[in-house]
Amino acid sequence: MKIIVMILLFSGLAFFTGGSIGILRLPDFYSRLHPAGKLDTAGQLLTLSAIAVFVLQDFSLHNFLTATKIVLIVIIVYITSPTATHAIVDAGVRAGLKPWTKEDQS
Amino acid sequence: MGKDFQPTSRNAPSEENPSKTSRAKRFGATFILSFVILFVVWIIFSGRFDGFHITLGLISSAIVAAFSGDLMFTSHEPRGIFRLWIRLFAYIPWLIYQIFLANLHVMYLVFHPKMMELINPQIIEFDSELKSDYARTTFANSITLTPGTITVNVTVLGRFSVHCIDDKSGQALPGDMESKIVKVFPE
Repeated sequence: MKIIVMILLFSGLAFFTGGSIGILRLPDFYSRLHPAGKLDTAGQLLTLSAIAVFVLQDFSLHNFLTATKIVLIVIIVYITSPTATHAIVDAGVRAGLKPWTKEDQS
Repeated sequence: MGKDFQPTSRNAPSEENPSKTSRAKRFGATFILSFVILFVVWIIFSGRFDGFHITLGLISSAIVAAFSGDLMFTSHEPRGIFRLWIRLFAYIPWLIYQIFLANLHVMYLVFHPKMMELINPQIIEFDSELKSDYARTTFANSITLTPGTITVNVTVLGRFSVHCIDDKSGQALPGDMESKIVKVFPE
């Protein structure tokens, strides 16, 4: 059981690391939002399910309720994260920021 | 609401009654549904099972359900919404699998040493067959949840503008995801 928790936790952390590096490496505002808003969803799912599995190790009603709350957090982030990302992109488009393309560069 | 002020309805009171009873029935159905949902959420969040907290939860979920039960279920008949939710829950595992695949792809791009040559940010546009607001919202959110693609804009006519980070994530659209959502929301 501990091994499963460790695997989930570290793969989630790998996704978070990828997200942070992606924010630094990508060229412009719009493409930076891809790792910022999205690699976090997978990382968040993995780390929070690791915590849920860890809590459920000794099963009782209260631990089950805690795990249910964690699952609710996952659901809420999965609803709000795309909405927030879309709002940011929409704000960028309305303000007239042009997306970076390869043709501009060469 | 405005029906009562028309003279024709005043002349025919028998017409008024069925609409009133169906409205009352509809109110009861939405009230019970939202009450059950709110009370389950209350129990999950409170975690106490003594009489005082249960009574508090019953009272407050009843008040909230009475006030805003019709906000939760607007246009759908209460009976159809259960099947809709079941289909939606059947769609979610597939979506999570897709999110995972796309996450791995974006991870590969981010960690690749020659990333600048692999990526090709662009905005693509395509027309969608989806008509209802729920279906379009679900589709747009699914696109945004999948890494590599962000929905920029959806017009009234169903034209989606999507920002893609490279060619591969753009080619997958609309494709599979749209046909799955058409199955979830049949019109």
